[in-house]
Amino acid sequence: MVVDPMILEGAIALVKIGILLGVVFTSVAYLTFMERRVSALIQDRLGPNRVGPMGLLQPLADGIKFMWKEEFIPANADRVLFAIAPVMILVPALLIFAVIPAGGEVTIPAFTLFGLQIQETTTTLQIIDLNVGILYVLGMTSIAVYGIALGGWSANNKFTLLGGIRSSAQMISYELSLGLSIVGILMLTGSLQMSQIVAAQDGFLDWFIFRQPLAFLIFVIAAFAENNRLPFDLVECEQELVGGFHTEYSSMRFSMFMIAEYASMIAASALMATLFFGGWHMPFEDLVGPGLVTLYQVAGFLLKTAFFLFVYIWVRWSLPRFRYDQLMAIGWKVLLPLALLNVVITGIWMLV
Amino acid sequence: MELYFFLFFAVVAVASSVAMILQRNPIYCVLLLIMVMISIAGLYLMLDAQFVAIIQVVVYAGAIMVLFLFVIMLLNLSREEGGAFRIQKPLAVLLTVLLFLPVAAMVMSYAGGGTTPSADGGQTGFGEVEQIGSLLFTKYLLPVEIAAVLLLIAIVGAVVLTRKGTVSVDD
Repeated sequence: MVVDPMILEGAIALVKIGILLGVVFTSVAYLTFMERRVSALIQDRLGPNRVGPMGLLQPLADGIKFMWKEEFIPANADRVLFAIAPVMILVPALLIFAVIPAGGEVTIPAFTLFGLQIQETTTTLQIIDLNVGILYVLGMTSIAVYGIALGGWSANNKFTLLGGIRSSAQMISYELSLGLSIVGILMLTGSLQMSQIVAAQDGFLDWFIFRQPLAFLIFVIAAFAENNRLPFDLVECEQELVGGFHTEYSSMRFSMFMIAEYASMIAASALMATLFFGGWHMPFEDLVGPGLVTLYQVAGFLLKTAFFLFVYIWVRWSLPRFRYDQLMAIGWKVLLPLALLNVVITGIWMLV
Repeated sequence: MELYFFLFFAVVAVASSVAMILQRNPIYCVLLLIMVMISIAGLYLMLDAQFVAIIQVVVYAGAIMVLFLFVIMLLNLSREEGGAFRIQKPLAVLLTVLLFLPVAAMVMSYAGGGTTPSADGGQTGFGEVEQIGSLLFTKYLLPVEIAAVLLLIAIVGAVVLTRKGTVSVDD
């Protein structure tokens, strides 16, 4: 029996989503491990090295521990919102991955599975190539604020409320710079589509890091603030707010906040690689044999993403935290004008 | 297939709007309103207007609603005060009826003929960024400029209002 092309397309999409979720969740688990090991390296400690070889099973142990912890809900909390807030932050973080391309086209050869004949098909290593791809990313980051704000509000605790309010102000402020920093790229590409942005960077010197260095700087700083990572983690800020918006959370709900934080870090790193470092395009693609070129590209993309994840951790354990007024001043008085300046410069450059 | 998606978004949109009106807790009202916005974005997506759909999410669900939430959290309204809407209620009923008359008339006019208006009006690329952009900068340039000036006035007004008398410069 030959499989209907429509159904085949749907099945391929489901398989891709499955693989993506698997990769993202595994990376999140090992990112927490990487964070602990790298922080130990930076502080000249050992870090977790007991569970499994080199401590590699540590994330598994952490997960089991989270599951067996007591699920605690404060007495005066708003139970419904308290329960859905972690979901509301995790879902947008995962949805961002739908538009990030991990590689070019691959051809699946024809084969037979359980008596079903499957024709040769070509598919891209991307879940969906929306023609408003980059706007979709910005939309998802703007929705992610709700999870933090509501998580902070629903626990009925002054520290969590302060954390939630700080996060709303911070994320709204930095979203502007984040969006404006990408405008230069959009002007050069002439498209909002992720595949077009990657296609515009197929040569090594076409990478947008060389053509839009200022935009990259703004994007990185704004992305750090959007993810509430140090030096902009005033949302959690242990010394002032206990644990910020997730002070009252425990068990799996707390770990969902953590998963969301690390997933959005991965998404931001993947976006840095896609927007500024050629996406899945690599130098010397011609030297690699035609059979291996896709593998080379995907590996290159993953390596670039991993590098930015390392930068995230490196920065976290190297820089002190900003004060809140400083944070706002940087966002509105420095990054926003610089982003506008970048748009103007790009415009002049395109005309000349 | 399309019908099921339409029904899903339509039912979610209507149900959450009704629930929003009946809900007493302002925070839940805001959340239900976000549900309405997002399901309307879903309806736009079904009309192939991806750009409008995303803008709906970014602008309404993303930015304005966050500010809305902010105000409610800071004011800490636990439930709406009774008696505040004495004149507004009958007025609201009247206005709603007036609003629904033309809508009903439009629906009735299509009900007999059986021709539904096509989403793209026969044009290709409807609702895409390029087309909206070029329309905004050619045909609708004047309204865009007027809207821009209005927004600028609002921003300047906000700055003036929050500045109280003496200007203190710190840092």
